[in-house]
Amino acid sequence: MKTTTKKLLTKGLIKENPVFVLMLGLCSVLAVSVSVINALGMTLAFTFVTVLSELTISLLRKWIPKSLRIPIFIVVIASFVTILQFLLQAYLPSLNKALGIFIPLIVVNCIIIGRIESFASKKPVLESVLDGLGISLGYGFAIVFIAIIREILGNGTILGYALFGSSFEPALMFILPPGAFLVIGVEIGIINHLSKKRSRKEVAE
Amino acid sequence: MNFVNILIQTIFSQNFIFMRFLGLCPFFGLTNDMDSSIGMGGAVTFVTVMASVVSYFVYYFVLIPLGVEYLQTIAFILTIAVFVQLVEIYLKKMIPNLYKVMGIYLPLITTNCMILGVTLLNIQEGYSLLETIFFAFGSSIGFTLAMILMTAIRIRIADSNIPSFFKGAPIVFIAASFIAIAFMGLQGLGG
Repeated sequence: MKTTTKKLLTKGLIKENPVFVLMLGLCSVLAVSVSVINALGMTLAFTFVTVLSELTISLLRKWIPKSLRIPIFIVVIASFVTILQFLLQAYLPSLNKALGIFIPLIVVNCIIIGRIESFASKKPVLESVLDGLGISLGYGFAIVFIAIIREILGNGTILGYALFGSSFEPALMFILPPGAFLVIGVEIGIINHLSKKRSRKEVAE
Repeated sequence: MNFVNILIQTIFSQNFIFMRFLGLCPFFGLTNDMDSSIGMGGAVTFVTVMASVVSYFVYYFVLIPLGVEYLQTIAFILTIAVFVQLVEIYLKKMIPNLYKVMGIYLPLITTNCMILGVTLLNIQEGYSLLETIFFAFGSSIGFTLAMILMTAIRIRIADSNIPSFFKGAPIVFIAASFIAIAFMGLQGLGG
């Protein structure tokens, strides 16, 4: 049991990373990774919706008719997103403003629907919750990794603190849209390269 | 005129793919050959415009009178899902040829974030019905333009000699980055 728990929690990080490997849910990742704070906020929002939706679907999995499953999944996800919107408006209005339209767009995030369809609708509750946490961890890793590079290069800061002296001229391009595509492209290249190297090593052993 | 500005903004200076990051899944997933990207563009244009009009009526004539504006996310995604289903059934029965071309893309459209994004932005910006139609039409033309550009580039990438580090997805993202730089040059067009 312990090894499966660990596996469920960590597989999203690199091996099945939803962003870098499966390339799903790119819209929010690229749009929100302008600063690390926004990226962390988005991860929090994503975790909330993913874990609760997987929990609910897993509880209801025996009563969901097969032909109606996709609309039911969407309604469940959309309900949690609406709850999340209320919570953010009440307690974190600045984050709500910064993330803007990408909060309601969590509804159509392919990662969540994909996990529910392939995992939560078939597996028991505890495993589904762990799967939700693991996937959110992988999503968070990807979005924060991109945001760190973009914030340092594009703004010269990290979490809002200035890293370099006042003589540093940030490359503005990195916080503009082209920088997002460039950073994720290079990062996927690095990850592919490393995992290829590792699998070659495993074969050799 | 305002409508011309909306069109120029949505197609070029505020292009949904390169500037707003909406609808990226089909942009990276489906741009391998020209036929399917044009087919996807056509299907998205049709569904976006119709769904925007329907969600306009849903918001102003159902949700507001009932005082439940906060249900807009659920209402719009259901509108889009129902609409896509209806289009699929209609095409299958009435125009089987078009269904064959567009059919496989239709189920994918429900989860295209651009369409939900357009319907939500229409409400956020407070557009009138006519502006809504122009905004939806312009943004889907911008989407189709981006799909066609990307496909043309990917066809050439497939034939060229790329360092192994960048093979596959990375080079596609980097190409997208360069197109985005070009689109940034159009910033400010259309006010």
